[in-house]
Amino acid sequence: MSAVTDPSIPVPEIPVSEARSFEGYVSAMPVEPQAPPASTTGVVGWMRMHLFSSLGNTALTIIFGAFALYMIWGLLSFAIFDATWAGADREACLAHTGREAGACWPMITERLAYFTYGSYPIPQRWRVDVVFLLGVIGLIWVLWIDAPRRDLGAFYFFVIVPVAAYCLLYGLPLLGLPIVDTDLWGGFLVTLVISSAGIVAALPLGILLALGRRSKLPVISVASTIFIEVARGVPLITVLFVAKVMLGYFLPERFDPALMVKALIAVALFSAAYMAEVVRGGLQAIPKGQQEGASSLGLGYWQSMRLIILPQALRITIPGIVNTFIGGFKDTSLILIIGMFDFLKTVEVAVEDPKWSTPVSGPTGYLFAAIVYWICCFGMSRYSRAIEMRLSVAHKR
Amino acid sequence: MKYFFALLSAGLAMAFAAGGAEAQTLNQVKQRGQLICGTNTGLAGFALPDPQGNWAGLDIDYCRAIAAAVLGDATKVKYVPLDATSRFESLKSGAVDVLVRNTTWTLSRDSAQGLDFEATNYYDGQGFMVRKKMNINSALELNGASVCVQQGTTTELNLADYFRSNKMKYEVVAFKSDEETVKAYDSGRCDAFTTDASGLAAERVKLATPDDHVILPEIISKEPLASSVRKGDSQWATIVRWVHFAMVDAEEAGVTSKNVDEMMKSPNPEVKRMLGVEGKFGEGLGIPNDWVVNIVRQVGNYGEVFDRNVGAGSPLKLPRGLNNLWTKGGLQYAPPIR
Repeated sequence: MSAVTDPSIPVPEIPVSEARSFEGYVSAMPVEPQAPPASTTGVVGWMRMHLFSSLGNTALTIIFGAFALYMIWGLLSFAIFDATWAGADREACLAHTGREAGACWPMITERLAYFTYGSYPIPQRWRVDVVFLLGVIGLIWVLWIDAPRRDLGAFYFFVIVPVAAYCLLYGLPLLGLPIVDTDLWGGFLVTLVISSAGIVAALPLGILLALGRRSKLPVISVASTIFIEVARGVPLITVLFVAKVMLGYFLPERFDPALMVKALIAVALFSAAYMAEVVRGGLQAIPKGQQEGASSLGLGYWQSMRLIILPQALRITIPGIVNTFIGGFKDTSLILIIGMFDFLKTVEVAVEDPKWSTPVSGPTGYLFAAIVYWICCFGMSRYSRAIEMRLSVAHKR
Repeated sequence: MKYFFALLSAGLAMAFAAGGAEAQTLNQVKQRGQLICGTNTGLAGFALPDPQGNWAGLDIDYCRAIAAAVLGDATKVKYVPLDATSRFESLKSGAVDVLVRNTTWTLSRDSAQGLDFEATNYYDGQGFMVRKKMNINSALELNGASVCVQQGTTTELNLADYFRSNKMKYEVVAFKSDEETVKAYDSGRCDAFTTDASGLAAERVKLATPDDHVILPEIISKEPLASSVRKGDSQWATIVRWVHFAMVDAEEAGVTSKNVDEMMKSPNPEVKRMLGVEGKFGEGLGIPNDWVVNIVRQVGNYGEVFDRNVGAGSPLKLPRGLNNLWTKGGLQYAPPIR
C-alpha cells in the first residue's frame, strides 16, 4: 500500500481516451457489496453455531428451550408472582378467587429466628450473633488470600474462634454467661456448628490418616486402614443411633456426654475418613521422583511431606476436598436421628405447624431450605474454583 | 486376651448392675432438678416447637404436668425428641425418664419391650373423612365408596376388616406416602380418606378448604396413646399415672387453672383432698402435697389441655369424642383421690 502513496514514485497520467481502452478487462463500476459471512462471534453467532446449526439441533433447542421456559416460569410464578408475601395465618395463603396459591412466605418469615437459633433462649440469642460475627471475620481473614497477617488469621480462626464460640454458645458462669444446654440449640446454628467442626477437623485428621495408610510401619498403616474402612463402611446414621441410645447402657448418666458432643465427634471422624481417601488419591498422583528428590536434598520424612509432597498433592485434590466438605455440610441433616434440630428439621417443623398448614406449606418450606443450602454449597464451590485458578497458574493451558 | 475379656465382662456386669440399682427415677429427677421427657420430633397438636422455639402440645403438657407435680415448676423439663425407632431404646437405656410420645398401648409392647404403660392421655382410633356435600353422617353409609388409604399400614387392614364385617362394598385407592394419599383425596380421586382420627384433623387443615370436609364419628380401631416408664420402678410409675388421673379428676371437679386459687377455699371435701388442703396424698406419692395445685395452676386440667392443643381452641379442632369425661359419654375416667 505504501508504494502507491509514496510520492517519490511518479504516477503515470493516463489520458482519458486511453482509459477507455481498459474497458475490456477492468470493471468501471464498483462491485456490488455482498452480505457479510454468517457471524460466528457475538450472541447471535454463538447461538447459530451451537443451537441452530442443523435441523436436529434446532428442534432439540426449541423443545428443551420450551421445557426450560415452562419450568422456570412455573417456579417463578410459584415463588414470586402467585406468592403470598404478608399475612397472619393460613387463611392468607389459601388460593383466592382469580389466582392460584403460590409460595406462602409469611410462614417462613414468622419463623426466621427459629430457623436461625432453634430453641436457644431468646434473651441469650445475642451470644449466637456474636459467634456468627466472630466466625465471619475469621472466615474472611482466612479465605481472602491477600489479607494481611494470614498466619494470625489462621490462629484466630482455628484456636480463638472455637474457644470463644464454646464459651459464648455453651456458657461460662464465671463470666456471667449462664449455661445453655445443647439440646436447646437448633436451626442454622446447629448446622453451622456441626459442619464447621466436620470441616475443620476433617482436613488435618484426613491428611494424617492418608499418610498413615501409606506408612511403611505396619501398626500405623493397619490401624489407619481399619479406621478408614470401618468409618466408610458403616452408615453415619447407625453410629449416631448407637451414640445416642446404646451409650446410656454402658456409661453412668454423669459421664454420658451431651448429644451435641457425640454428634460433633461422630461427624468429625466420619468426614476425616472420607477426606483421608481423597488426600491419598492426591498422594498417589505425585511421582516417586519427587520423594526421591526431596530425600537427595537431605529432607527428612516430615520435611519432605510438608515442603514437597503435600503442597502438590493437596493442590490437585482441591475439587475432591471441597466435594467432601459440601457432602459433609448436607449430611448434617442426619443428626435429626439423635434428636437435634438442624436447619432442615426446623423448616419441617414450620411445615408441620397447623397454624400455617395449607396445600402449599410443604413446597414453600422445602423451596426455602433448598435455596439456603444451595447458597451455602455454591459459595463453597465458587471459592474452591477461585483457589484452583490461582494455584494452577504454573499449569495453565 | 483372656484377661481382657474378663475385664470387659466385669465392666459390663457392673454397668448393668448400676442400671438395675438406678430404679429410683424419682430421686434422680429431684436431684437433677429437671425431668427428661421423651417426645415426638414434631407432630401437630401433640409436640411441636412454636415460633419462639418453645415446645407445645398435648404430650408436652403432660411432661410439664409431671414436672409441676414433682418439682413444683412446669418449666423444669428437658425435651428429647425421639423418632419411632429409638423411642423404646431411649427409655430403656435411661436416656429419658418418661416417654410421652403418642405411643399406642398394645399387649406386645407392654409385655416385651421392658416398659410399662401408665395412662392414656388420648384415645385415638382410625376414622374417616368425607366431603360435606356427600351428606353422609356415618361411616356405615359408605357402601360402595372409594377410600384413599396409605399402603401397607395397619390402617389398610383395619379398613378391610371394617367393610367386610359390615358387609359393605368399597374400592381401595392406596398410596405409598401419607402426603400422596391426602393429595389424591383433595383432588377428588376418592370419596373418603382414612387414617387415625388425630391425623385426619391434622391433614384436614392442609386441604384447600377444610370446612368442606367432615370427620365421621365412627372410630374403627383402638389406638390408646399412652405415656410409659421403664419397667421395675413402681413408685415412678404411680406418679406418672396419677398426674394423669389428677388432671382428669380436676376437670371433673371443675377445678381449672383460672379458679384453682378460689377452689382452695372450697368446702367440697373432694376438692379439699385433691388440692392438698386436707390429707397428705402427695406425700404418699413421695412428692409435694400441693402437687395438684401446681399441675392445674401451671398447666391446667385435662379439658383445658385438650382444648388448647388439639380441641376447639386449636387449629386442629378435634372433637372431644372418646376423650370426653366418663360423665359426658367419653372414656376419660380417673380413680378418686382419697
